[in-house]
Amino acid sequence: MASSRSRRHSGRRHPLMGALLLVIGLFVTGGAYAAASTGIAHAQDAPVSQEALVEEGEKLFLSNCASCHGLNAEGTVAGPTLIGVGALSVDFQVGTGRMPMAASGPQAEVKPVQFTQPQIDAMAAWVATLAPGPGMPDPQYYAADGDVANGAELFRINCAMCHNVAGAGGALTEGKYAPHLRDLQPIHIYGAMVTGPQNMPVFSDMNLTPEEKNDVISYLKYLDENPSVGGFSLGSLGPVSEGLFIWLIGLGGLIAVAVWLTARSN
Amino acid sequence: MAKKPPASGIETSGHDEVMDPGTAVEHSSAPQNPGLAPEHQRVTDLDEKEAKGMERRIAGFFLLSIVGSVFAAVAYVVFPIIPGDMSSVRINNLMVGLGLSAALLGVGIGAVQWAKALMHGHELVEERHPTRGTEEARAAAVETFQQANKESGFTRRSLVRNTLFGALLAAPIPAVALFRDLAPADDPIARMKQTMWAEGVRLTRDPSGVPIKASEVTIGSAFHVVPDGWKDLEHHKLEEKAKAAVLLMRLPVDELNEDPAKSSWSYQGIVAYSKICTHVGCPVALYEQQTHHLLCPCHQSEFDVANHCEVIFGPAARPLPQLPITIDAEGYLVARSDFTEPVGPSFWEREL
Amino acid sequence: MSTTLESTPKADVGRGMRFTNWAANYVDERTSASTAVKALGRKIFPDHWSFMLGEVALYSFIVILISGTFLTFYFDPSMSHVEYEGSYLPLKGIEMSVAYHTALDLSFDIRGGLLMRQVHHWAALLFVASIVLHMLRVFFTGAFRKPRELNWIVGFLLFVLAMAEGFTGYSLPDDLLSGNGLRIIDGMIKAFPVVGVWISYLFFGDEFPGMEVIPRLYVLHIMLLPAILIASLAIHMVLLVVNKHTQFAGPGRTNDNVVGSPVMPVFAAKAGGFFFLVFGVIMLIASLFTINPIWNYGPYDPSPVSAGTQPDWYIGFADGALRLVPPGWEFVLFGYTWSMNILVPTVVLIVFIAAIALYPFFEAWVTGDKREHHIADRPRNAPTRTAIGAVGVVFYAVLWAAASSDLIATHFKLTIEGVINTLQVLLIVGPILAFIITKRTCLALQRKDREIALHGYESGRIVRLPGGEYVEVHEQLDEYERWRLLDYNEYQPLTVRPNDEGRITVGTRLRAGMSRWFFEDRVLPIEAKELEDASKH
Repeated sequence: MASSRSRRHSGRRHPLMGALLLVIGLFVTGGAYAAASTGIAHAQDAPVSQEALVEEGEKLFLSNCASCHGLNAEGTVAGPTLIGVGALSVDFQVGTGRMPMAASGPQAEVKPVQFTQPQIDAMAAWVATLAPGPGMPDPQYYAADGDVANGAELFRINCAMCHNVAGAGGALTEGKYAPHLRDLQPIHIYGAMVTGPQNMPVFSDMNLTPEEKNDVISYLKYLDENPSVGGFSLGSLGPVSEGLFIWLIGLGGLIAVAVWLTARSN
Repeated sequence: MAKKPPASGIETSGHDEVMDPGTAVEHSSAPQNPGLAPEHQRVTDLDEKEAKGMERRIAGFFLLSIVGSVFAAVAYVVFPIIPGDMSSVRINNLMVGLGLSAALLGVGIGAVQWAKALMHGHELVEERHPTRGTEEARAAAVETFQQANKESGFTRRSLVRNTLFGALLAAPIPAVALFRDLAPADDPIARMKQTMWAEGVRLTRDPSGVPIKASEVTIGSAFHVVPDGWKDLEHHKLEEKAKAAVLLMRLPVDELNEDPAKSSWSYQGIVAYSKICTHVGCPVALYEQQTHHLLCPCHQSEFDVANHCEVIFGPAARPLPQLPITIDAEGYLVARSDFTEPVGPSFWEREL
Repeated sequence: MSTTLESTPKADVGRGMRFTNWAANYVDERTSASTAVKALGRKIFPDHWSFMLGEVALYSFIVILISGTFLTFYFDPSMSHVEYEGSYLPLKGIEMSVAYHTALDLSFDIRGGLLMRQVHHWAALLFVASIVLHMLRVFFTGAFRKPRELNWIVGFLLFVLAMAEGFTGYSLPDDLLSGNGLRIIDGMIKAFPVVGVWISYLFFGDEFPGMEVIPRLYVLHIMLLPAILIASLAIHMVLLVVNKHTQFAGPGRTNDNVVGSPVMPVFAAKAGGFFFLVFGVIMLIASLFTINPIWNYGPYDPSPVSAGTQPDWYIGFADGALRLVPPGWEFVLFGYTWSMNILVPTVVLIVFIAAIALYPFFEAWVTGDKREHHIADRPRNAPTRTAIGAVGVVFYAVLWAAASSDLIATHFKLTIEGVINTLQVLLIVGPILAFIITKRTCLALQRKDREIALHGYESGRIVRLPGGEYVEVHEQLDEYERWRLLDYNEYQPLTVRPNDEGRITVGTRLRAGMSRWFFEDRVLPIEAKELEDASKH
């Protein structure tokens, strides 16, 4: 055994060398791509005028979105039309990382955001030129300084059935789900309510007024700033997690105690 | 072990042998029980110093308990609740709780450790006795009953006995009657068949009560609706809402697959359905704007709004009742009439 | 009697001891307490961790009583409407019932109130969980056999009462989650033929939700149900003392004795210590983990609902049963509506629960064994019983899992339809598979035990014999260890015989069939001669 090992060491390549080269190669290509992407971002960092913004947005759209949404955003089999969705939709979808969509499935998932805010603003500006649609709201309506109690009541009636009373998320039909609402940016909460992404209903300003939307946002921010008074919240999923916890930790722990108690002392 | 039937002739429920093993196999040549294992000596039995050390450790736990109790009492005062400050509520809960936990766990661990490590560790044996009473006791019991029977004439005086049974059986009957006034004198079935909705009653937002115009209902939106006048009810507010809650949605007209007889019940693709699930009554509130599915979160019944809310999945048996709507002169959405069937879960007299 | 405890020489006795003597004498002269001490003080209790599950239940019940009493000093069950005036901002000015308001006050404005609420609710979850595990232990060790059948029935009653206590309790705060639970119960009651609507109307005191149900549940929860529960618990414990506890087979342990520690001092110290440990663990959990955050749900209103609406875990099997019914199970006959989608799961659950209650009598009928049994079976030594238990557990577990179908879907990225369809299939297939696998596993374990008892266990040492073959050295068990493997009952299938009139009744045939199913496949216990032969080589 020992003799064959030393034979392997003298002169010949280590068997793991191949794997190591592969790993180095992957890092180099990946790093180059990352550098190239950030390179693109830096080049586009400070557009000057509205026209420049729109032009910038169209360029970004063509390279990142047109393959699914069509060269003129008219839609293809892979993605719906963006004509009339408005700047707010773009801000929401791209700003939360849902777009560009990684793979087709029951719904677009939140993932790391691929673009900087100026880039998102640029794309939003271009989409806004296609047709009238929901625009960016006045910041006073997502300042999160509204009536928390009114917001909570509106949330329970309009939102909790999908998103859960504490914003922990919930199931929809056929594999879709309503995501959790913790630690979101107020503008994205506002954007979702107005644009009704995918299967979320549309809550236009005639359904929930901008002040009411601000109240709802205020309630969600209150939840973020005030963790549960009773201790760890176990995901805020209610009796299911509580039951699982008491069986595994409570009863399991007490069984461990009972085993110790009835064991012989040494 | 089979025993002889007792000589007193007591009927033992028709079995001759009291300890009949049934289909159990009794092995005559079974291995013998080796008896109790030799006593196990603990470290604290053998070494006095170890025992003293253990005593100190146990005392330490009891001391921890005292510290915990004092800490809990002090924490109650030192971490007050400041009204409106949620973190003060959390800290008070945590500190008092941790103090009490230490107090309780300290005693528990100390007591158990004392029993395990220091108390006499040998196993003791106690003999069992058959559960049935001794023959003397059983005979005495029978004798007691027989004597009581003779002195009272219970089995002999059948008229007295039977009328007593009759009286005892009849005694609870008034109790059943006394429960009628648990609820008001109305007919519950009639009340279940009608709601606040009627011709001309406006659809308003829940909970603000603001009326809804048809033009405000855009495609893809979902409004949660209560009847006009609900907000100002003095009594029965929740009872009426439990029947009158409605979901209002707008679909593109070409996607709406309506029953021709009910085509007047919608307005330009705006439809209103009862929000109360026909399964067991939860609010069917999840509306998916692209699939037009309504999902009830309680037991996952699914209804298809585009196809008159028929059940497409889950345990519900009937589609959601539709509220016939139209608009009034000012463009506000109003009901044409009450629901044409009882809302909510099914019940026995539903179709009558 | 002339003996008094002061007969000990005074010089040997300290002040504390003198007081104790005086006090003991005072009490005994008025209560005959010494008789009780004589009878019970040195009673023997066997020591096994699985025998402590009943204690977990008992102690968590005491914790519930203590914390619950605290809560009653602040909680008001009235359903009158008020506006919230407490310190929780998101509910300020909201209209709610007095019951919900006082539950919020306990949580936010009374020091220790939230802690006691959490202790109470966590203890309640633990109470029912430990009862279930305790019942499973009693079942799988056959501790329900004579003379303990009646105690099994009392225990079963305690199980039902505990669930009822839990349900009435968590409905008291009148929050959105428990209120929707009551709505579901109302829907289920209404589905009952003929009397459903009337029972619902009388129970709620009006159309749903009415103004009476929370105060009525309160009376049930703090007075009527606890009274019945405590009385049943007392009977349960008295029967336990009279019958003495069962024990596992072991050296020196026979069907006619109990081996273990005496009540005074060891068992009392361990049991008392365990009470503090159970209380302490509940208190620790209640200090660190939120349970039932009623402030998030808001007051009950028939319009809103939360995603992830489930009852407390012990009602889960009933909720799951409702979810697994396929669509459209309802028909109208002569104008009357039959809601089979409610009635079928209800009947199935009642049959299931009744089967649990009546199992001891079924097994006694099959075996015909009228002897007293005080040695607890190892589950593997009763393969068919253990397999039947596995069937029950899997059936219950599938229903329980169905109650969280939507959460399973979101957490494992599945469709709710897929989850429910899978569970519908598992409800039938699962128990069948569980029976087969469990029974075969028990028989295999019994064979393994037999091997070990006769030939010892594999020690891991390999020895090469002179002839060249390799063998693994088997270590023999000592006689004490071996006894544990040897001591179990064997039953033969019943042979069918005509009765006194020369006929073979259907009942006998049925019984023989069941007996065959139970005992045909069995591993024979080792005879003394086999042991001798085995030890010779």
